[in-house]
Amino acid sequence: MTVALSSREIASQLSSKFPGAIEAAGNDSVLVKSDSLVQVAAYLKDTDGLKFAYLNYITAVDYYSYFEVVYQLTSLEHNRSVILKTRCYGRDNPSVPSVTSLWQGADFQEREIYDLFGIKFEGHPNLKRIFLWDGFPGYPLRKDWNQ
Amino acid sequence: MAIIDLVINRRLSLAALPPDWPGNNYWWHWLFFTIVLIAFVLVMVMGAIYIERRAMGRMQSRLGPNRTGPFGLLQPVADAVKVMLKENIVPDNADKIVHWLAPVIAFAPVLMIFAVVPFQNGALLADLNIGILYIVAISSISTVGVFMAGWSSGNKYSLLGAMRNVAAVVSYEIPLVLSIVGVVLVAGSMSLNTIVLKQDIPFILLQPLGFLIFFAAACAEINRSPFDLMEADSEIVAGFHTEYSGMKFAMFYLVEYAEAIAMSAIITTIFLGGWRGPLLPPWLWFIVKTFIVFFVMVWTRTTLPRVRIDQLMALAWKFLFPLALINLFVTAVQVLVWPDALPWTAVYINIAIMIILIFLWSRFFKLGWGRVEI
Amino acid sequence: MTTTQEMTLNTEPFVVNIGPVHPSTHGVFRMRCKLDGEVVIDIEPVFGYLHRGIEKLAEERTYTGFIPLTDRLDYISPMSNNLGYCLAVEKLAGIKVPERAEYIRVIMAELQRLANHCVAVGSMLNDAGAYFTPFMYTFRERERIIDLFDMVCGQRLTYNYMRIGGVSQDIPAEFLPALEKVVKRLTKFLKEYERLLKQNEILLARAKGVGILSKELAINCGISGPVARASGIKWDLRKADPYSIYDRFEFDIPTGENGDCYDRYRVRIEEMTQSLRIIEQASKQIPGGPIKADLPHIIYPPAGEVYAHIEAPKGELGFYIVSDNSIAPYRCHVRPTSLINLAALRQMVKGWKIADLILIFGSIDITMGEVDR
Repeated sequence: MTVALSSREIASQLSSKFPGAIEAAGNDSVLVKSDSLVQVAAYLKDTDGLKFAYLNYITAVDYYSYFEVVYQLTSLEHNRSVILKTRCYGRDNPSVPSVTSLWQGADFQEREIYDLFGIKFEGHPNLKRIFLWDGFPGYPLRKDWNQ
Repeated sequence: MAIIDLVINRRLSLAALPPDWPGNNYWWHWLFFTIVLIAFVLVMVMGAIYIERRAMGRMQSRLGPNRTGPFGLLQPVADAVKVMLKENIVPDNADKIVHWLAPVIAFAPVLMIFAVVPFQNGALLADLNIGILYIVAISSISTVGVFMAGWSSGNKYSLLGAMRNVAAVVSYEIPLVLSIVGVVLVAGSMSLNTIVLKQDIPFILLQPLGFLIFFAAACAEINRSPFDLMEADSEIVAGFHTEYSGMKFAMFYLVEYAEAIAMSAIITTIFLGGWRGPLLPPWLWFIVKTFIVFFVMVWTRTTLPRVRIDQLMALAWKFLFPLALINLFVTAVQVLVWPDALPWTAVYINIAIMIILIFLWSRFFKLGWGRVEI
Repeated sequence: MTTTQEMTLNTEPFVVNIGPVHPSTHGVFRMRCKLDGEVVIDIEPVFGYLHRGIEKLAEERTYTGFIPLTDRLDYISPMSNNLGYCLAVEKLAGIKVPERAEYIRVIMAELQRLANHCVAVGSMLNDAGAYFTPFMYTFRERERIIDLFDMVCGQRLTYNYMRIGGVSQDIPAEFLPALEKVVKRLTKFLKEYERLLKQNEILLARAKGVGILSKELAINCGISGPVARASGIKWDLRKADPYSIYDRFEFDIPTGENGDCYDRYRVRIEEMTQSLRIIEQASKQIPGGPIKADLPHIIYPPAGEVYAHIEAPKGELGFYIVSDNSIAPYRCHVRPTSLINLAALRQMVKGWKIADLILIFGSIDITMGEVDR
């Protein structure tokens, strides 16, 4: 059974490792500051005992005042999963560091989020629109998008 | 100037015919049989299309065409009418003249093959004493047409298909010819009529390995599955005739089936005893045998996946070519050393040799080379 | 004196667009291939020809109203999509599903897996150049399964059968006998199919060792389903995170060793056998009772977020739903199995020939409805 590892446990482990990087820890998710996202993700991916090597999906949610980018990681070894979240503020030019250096599977999904939410992923090797054409007005999955 | 001289000489020579001229009826004979041959080929192609579609339908657990006429017999006619009425589309960046010429060049040689195929004892347009050489020479000309089509279409799929076809034909010509040479050695003649007359035992029994090699090479040469790379529909859409439509496409369609029929007819003639057979009239035997061979081609088409281009080349050069050489050598020794051996002994020996060779050779033979490092 | 540069022919790679209209791109997928003769140097997948904005549409529909749209995601296996979405909403709202409905769902999901693998295997072999014969054979068998679906929900392609808290209608009385017949038929068919193709020399030459996907790369790319299992990852959500009632059935997880096209083909065939096992067990154990939880027509799940995933035929299909206690999802994200499974395509095809490219692509088994959404 994929047990969501108590995120408080992970959060305490992470905050001792990366002081100041963890903003909050919910029941099954850890909220990370966006500038330390890649380090935290790398730590979760490679540390023995955690080994969250499998990135299930990346998605984003528009909460008006901020965008939340959601990463679900699974440890195939230990059969556990954790949700990693990060926030980016501002509607004009929101940006989050890219995790494509860690997971190749993030490539298309980050492009998709860029396409539909307009969130820039810094460090992404090929950040182009994926579904919509270049020059499409606006970002359709944003809550304030109008046809 | 040379051409004018030739024409003048020709006009003069009409008055004084050469001594070996076959008589005043020659032109009538020629015209009549040419028309008969073209009609025959067209009808055979229609039959082949019908057989292919129905047989494939049966083998693929579906019905196949059954609406036009009784048992769908008129389906090829309907197809032909449809394809002729279609618009002729020429791509903008096509090489127009070559694009137009390609189907014709591909089509003509296929008809020419039938000139030397005997339908009955002596019933052939031209009993050439080099019949087999003629066939080998003519049959590869249509590749030029195919390559012209691929090149002139201005389409990358077409070009790829044409390239594949040229590669395949160039490679498979060699085992094809070598396996025929075995037959020529046994028969002692290159005339197809004589070869048929010599077949008291069909040469498929005397030359089993030669037959297999010839069949495989012929399938590759006319691009029948599993060697249908030049029009591999799942990879390069329709290969060289991607950009053809209407009547020109019909020509290529015709070529495809006429080639298959031609190869079946040649296999029938040189391996299966041609028109010889009990009870039925000879020409019927010939047609029946041709369609049986064609049916086997349909059968392989529905059964086997397609090989890859490097595997195709490997099969030709590493497998068929050496085996054809060995077969030629063995046949030559047999003909030289035991010219009067009992034919049935030779049959058993040759079948044994074939089985041993195929099993041995396939042991140390690798199909293709796989991935290329970039 | 001539230099070597003058002597050599100047060659350059040429670019071919495979798709969006191509016989074997399984929809409107497009690959910009850079070719050196027959060899694929590089490809760039181009998506978006079937983008319908399903995630946006979800925000404008009620929770129940989105179910028909899930059919359109992976239109080869709509039942699984229904199941995945319903599970997510049930998890969000804390709804208990009646026993009978759970069994019906499992039977449908496994039948759907069979149908999907029929299409996958058939079309993969069609891509390999077996001219439509395996395709027609597998479609013949898929037809029987579709007849069963037709029997329960009256649809043949977009079933829209499952509901939040159960299924839309009970299975008719003649369903279980018909199911038994189909299971028997499929068992026989699988044997026949194995006999025809398992040791086919050309298939072995074409598929063995071709398009190898290493275990590490598969994990790194988030690849799931039969493709991942063929690479030797023993990961099946039915075992690893048993949803619905999968913990009650006995079945194995077939895995491959090399991660080549042949392994992917084998894993699918083996999975079909396992699915038949599950269906046999489920159809024996199925209890009576209600088929739908007692729910209002419009549900207002509590605010919160949830991720539920199932082992769909193509891999992990997940729904990430954020609720704000209103009539419609605040955000509904579909984890697109097909899109993520394509992540490693580039590495898999580099250096192979065009023919292999088509075969490798076919062996991944994607549906454009799910890639583009």
